[in-house]
Amino acid sequence: MTNRYKAITAGWKARLKALSRAWYRFSRNPLHVVGLVVLLLISLAAGLAPYITPYPEHAGPYTNFREAGLPPSKAHWFGTDRVGRDVFTRVIFGYRFSLLLGIVVLALSTPPGVILGLIAGYYSGTWIETVIMRVTDIFLAVPPLVLALAVAAMLTPNLFNAMLAISISWWPWYSRLIYGMTLSLREQYFVRELELTGASKPHILLREILPNCLGPLLTKLTLDMGFAILMGATLSFVGLGAQPPTPCLGTMVAEGAKRLPSEWWSTIFPALAIVVVILAFNLVGDGLRDVFAEEEV
Amino acid sequence: MGKYIAKRLLQSFFVLFGLSLLIFFIARVVPGDPARAALGNLATKEQVERLRTEMHLDKPFFIQYYYWLIAVLHGDLGKSLYTQRPVTQDLLQFLPATLELMLFATLISLVVGQIMGLLSGYFRNSWFDGLFRVISYVGVATPPFVIAILLLFVFSQLLHLAPGVGRLPLGMAEPPRVTGFLFIDSLLAGRLDVTLMALKHMLLPAISLAIAHIAQEGRITRSSLIDVLQKDYILAHQVCGIRPTKLIFKYLLRPSIIPTVTVMGMDFAFLLSNAFLVEVVFMWPGFSRYAVTAMLSKDLNAIVAVVLVIGITVALVNLLVDLTIAFLDPTVRIRRGG
Repeated sequence: MTNRYKAITAGWKARLKALSRAWYRFSRNPLHVVGLVVLLLISLAAGLAPYITPYPEHAGPYTNFREAGLPPSKAHWFGTDRVGRDVFTRVIFGYRFSLLLGIVVLALSTPPGVILGLIAGYYSGTWIETVIMRVTDIFLAVPPLVLALAVAAMLTPNLFNAMLAISISWWPWYSRLIYGMTLSLREQYFVRELELTGASKPHILLREILPNCLGPLLTKLTLDMGFAILMGATLSFVGLGAQPPTPCLGTMVAEGAKRLPSEWWSTIFPALAIVVVILAFNLVGDGLRDVFAEEEV
Repeated sequence: MGKYIAKRLLQSFFVLFGLSLLIFFIARVVPGDPARAALGNLATKEQVERLRTEMHLDKPFFIQYYYWLIAVLHGDLGKSLYTQRPVTQDLLQFLPATLELMLFATLISLVVGQIMGLLSGYFRNSWFDGLFRVISYVGVATPPFVIAILLLFVFSQLLHLAPGVGRLPLGMAEPPRVTGFLFIDSLLAGRLDVTLMALKHMLLPAISLAIAHIAQEGRITRSSLIDVLQKDYILAHQVCGIRPTKLIFKYLLRPSIIPTVTVMGMDFAFLLSNAFLVEVVFMWPGFSRYAVTAMLSKDLNAIVAVVLVIGITVALVNLLVDLTIAFLDPTVRIRRGG
């Protein structure tokens, strides 16, 4: 019993040590820590939005024309928009939709991309690789934003279809990444040995090769949260994302832009909010890249 | 080299074929009747049926695709349901304005990016280097439409330093259309005032497009420069007393040309998609704004055509970039079988 207990604590100790080493590498650049703190604050604020925002009812179809177009003040930190809704409240609620969009896009596009990449890399030199990678090429033939806009336009414009459209244009990047890594991993001895012992293909692909790809994949996922949010904001800016009165950051920028320059706050604050969240994800992603880049050496 | 080009062309052709199939498939599986959408709610059932037959909508998917492909190969991309004109005609009308803007943006990002990269690499770890790093972080993280709105707000609406939206001021007549490029057309017409105005109007949208690419190109020049600065032959040149300016332009910048060209090729696709947003903000009457209008009005023929044209353009640019690199870099040329 005590031995087993010791073994478990030893395992946890090793994990803690690895974690603290990773944190050391991550925090060597203070910008990475700033990004992480901002990200945690945004997530917390978005999660608790109904409880911490001053006017939660303003997130919906609320109007109060007596307070429309007010400049930033103590009561309304970011001012109010053209129908009298508090811009600060709507920005915090907008973060909810941005983060939700990022998570759903990654959840939809990662599994197919990763699995196809694994298969194509493992069966390289066969027709399976040719088919998968050529299909990937087709999806990459136009810039992802153009494909996402086109697909979103053909579907009914709403939040879920925007997520779907971005995912359709995004999965090929994962299959490219995993394909390249699998290609080199499958030549290594541990994979060759497993093949000789008769391990099943799903076991080799998912339990042996995939865990070795997780570091770069995690880095890319973090950076891509930023890109997915950027694409989501772009789609809703054009009018192909969530429809009003949903408080989406891109939609708010588009709505407010009609009132520039007099009511600048209803555009500039949501616009800066978009920049802040993307910047935070990029900084954290760069930090993770530092962590995993040195682990390989 | 000829063999390589042929192989690349074949590859691009296959990819474009696949792309057309994909986009046509999506356009056909979405719910809703394109014929009904084209005619509106007031059309009678017979009229809709007639158009369905005309558009081959009553036939199976692959037959529809076959008819569409034959038409496309004859240069007919169908009729826009929105402008009621052939899509090809629309594209030819709007494309020059976008190309003009992209050309200008590329020029800005190339010149400014090289200078920034050169300075931050040469004065490494100075305050300028730090500033450039911050700028490039923010430049990459800012969506183009945000940059466009901020620039429009600050420089046009607050400071009145730059003109507002559009290609020319309201009331100024465009010169007779020859190429569709305003600054060429106005020069051909001998209207220098129009040329000047057109350039002024192009400045803000072009900068909005260029900012993200300035950051990227600058970073490449910077890292290449730092790499080369540590080489022995540079030290030898310095010992021999070669002037710094000559050193920079003749020896230090040259190795970064190839990665810069590579990135320009990749960036072209992003420049094109970013133009979608910048044109919307600046009400630029170009291809991208036409595309966004088509998308918002669910103009299926136009959407499919736009995606296809972008696919063709990107494929051509990539081919061009590869050939340029082979021309610049002898090792690549030899590897591909001279």
